[in-house]
Amino acid sequence: MAKLNMVQAINLALHQEMERDGTVVVLGEDVGLDEGVFRVTAGLLTRFGEARVIDTPLAEAAIVGTSIGMALGGLRPVAEMQFDGFSYLSIPQLEGHASRLRARSQGQRTVPMVLRFPYGGGVRALEHHSEAREVLYAHVPGLKVVIPSGPRNARALLVSAIRDPDPVVFMEPKALYRAFKEEVPEQAEALPLGQAQVVKEGRDLTLVTWGAMLHRSLQAAEEVDRRRGTRTEVVDLLSLAPLDGETVVNSVSRTGRAVVVQESPQSYGPAAEIIARLNDRALDRLEAPVARVSGFDVVTPYFGREKAYIPDAARVARALEHTLDYR
Amino acid sequence: MPLSDLASFQVQRLQVLDQDGKLDQSLEPDLTRAQKLALYRAMLLAREGDQKAIKLQRQGRIGTFGPSTGQEAASTAPAFAMTERDWFVGAFRELGGWLARGMPLENFLWFHNGWEEGSVFPSLGRTLPVNIIVGSQTLHAVGLAYAMKLRGEQDSAVVAFFGDGATSQGDFHEALNFASVWQAPVVFICQNNQWAISLPVGKQTHSRTLAQKAIAYDMPGIQVDGNDALAMFRATQEALARAKAGGGPTLIEAVTYRLMMHTTSDDPTKYRTEAEVQEWWQRDPLKRFRLYLGAQGLLDEAGHAALEAEVKAEVEAAVARFEARRDFKPDAPFDHVFGTPHPELEGQRKTFLRELAQAGGPEARHG
Repeated sequence: MAKLNMVQAINLALHQEMERDGTVVVLGEDVGLDEGVFRVTAGLLTRFGEARVIDTPLAEAAIVGTSIGMALGGLRPVAEMQFDGFSYLSIPQLEGHASRLRARSQGQRTVPMVLRFPYGGGVRALEHHSEAREVLYAHVPGLKVVIPSGPRNARALLVSAIRDPDPVVFMEPKALYRAFKEEVPEQAEALPLGQAQVVKEGRDLTLVTWGAMLHRSLQAAEEVDRRRGTRTEVVDLLSLAPLDGETVVNSVSRTGRAVVVQESPQSYGPAAEIIARLNDRALDRLEAPVARVSGFDVVTPYFGREKAYIPDAARVARALEHTLDYR
Repeated sequence: MPLSDLASFQVQRLQVLDQDGKLDQSLEPDLTRAQKLALYRAMLLAREGDQKAIKLQRQGRIGTFGPSTGQEAASTAPAFAMTERDWFVGAFRELGGWLARGMPLENFLWFHNGWEEGSVFPSLGRTLPVNIIVGSQTLHAVGLAYAMKLRGEQDSAVVAFFGDGATSQGDFHEALNFASVWQAPVVFICQNNQWAISLPVGKQTHSRTLAQKAIAYDMPGIQVDGNDALAMFRATQEALARAKAGGGPTLIEAVTYRLMMHTTSDDPTKYRTEAEVQEWWQRDPLKRFRLYLGAQGLLDEAGHAALEAEVKAEVEAAVARFEARRDFKPDAPFDHVFGTPHPELEGQRKTFLRELAQAGGPEARHG
């Protein structure tokens, strides 16, 4: 086992899947010669050649639109959007076609493609480079949305995404790209899509989160638990669509209290959906209102204010305390 | 320093049969007697089917749709130039092409009566379903063409249809650019029917032709009389041969006319004159092809009457099959979200079916 950061782990998945399956192609802006702006596609062009590692012209909608055609034609395209904020240019193709062709053709056509892109804050870049808008994708029936939280699960989830028969939006928390390393087994491993993981077991409160928010949430949970002698359970969603409501509902049914942490703007965010599921299926088990820690309904601020706006461990800890204190 | 000429371009126009059915023999494509008759029969079926569908819509027996009367040659003749190894990527006004690809007419009627099942038929093969968002399918065609090239399927190319309105969409320009950069085996056929609902082509673009849009992408572009089935066959055949030989994409502007309304919900008298429509009836693609077949000694008056009766009977039989089908499973949409079931979605299916049963079953809820 090698210790890899998330960039290296995703790169490993791409190498191994392209090696395993000759129909897997990688396309996007600067993914070949330049190896991607975050170097996620390093080495692919040299290994697999320009027919399968395609430096495309600069047009996000066309990258996704042609990926759809490639998928219809028997390939498994893995398309890269350079940044979250640019991915919106491809939404008409994702929403209008990638998500719908299975239904439109009554299962006769499928679009096995992956759209991967770095998302969320943390790289001190320009406008449109630090956005967390998961629900733009998760709201669309027929799209799967996957968000890893570390090198090992990033690799294992990407393997599943590439092998999946349907379009998967794979959002890579860019703040985690080089944040830490983890043991990642050489042998390919896959994690099922649409399944959350309990990453810390507890009995007093359930903290639900995903992606880059997981680590500060864990830090907050550990601090609070240390201070109060509580045991907080932490659920890492890993997939936002389809959402594993069962794992969340089961956990909260045991703990009776919940906090949801999201980086994205507050209104209509994933937390709202999770709270609605708890309302439907665990209301009588709740001992406190479900709290959410989120971004605000403002245009994503430039990085000068990023630290102030993105939820941090202290905000999460306060929400945990408040929810634990509620009587 | 004086300006120098870097490049100059020209746009060519192809017509084989004029509007009176007069043939330019030097351009006549190589079609057998049987193929010529089959092509005419296919266009006639599209015409009769289209006219029947308008009646069904007026009677409330199907929903709204985009009639293709007057545009039969522009999609049917290309379908005849294609093989089953080629991909047919249509928009929503290619009834002739779809029928020629083996889609039964009843499927068109199911589709336009609100049933996705209409998109599935036995000879589906490499025919994509109706694509409503104008121009967006051109990108799928380029991706398909790339896949054919990468997979080494040298006997396969892609034909994408769209209208004059689509040429204003970014997707169209991106598709031409990607296709050209990749030298992808794809043929773009623009059915320039002069009207994008109420906007005439002269307000859609300031370009004198749509064919010239190919020039910017350095691909062959040609304007074809889109009401001339022989010209459409010839142009498509040449473009497909070039694509399969590695010569890259082609843009064909098929100059045609929408003789009916944009969709059955549209009233074209609001934006165009009857005189203009009458002028285009003179260029009817069926009329001139029939004259051509007559001049070739392939179809006389009696033969035509018999063919017309046969096609009309075929249309009626399709309508009967259309109306007989009742087995539209109400929860089919849940079957086609993902290829792998998920417990949350299955839970929603149960809720839906329970609610539906309480409402009196699926028959009570047909949209």
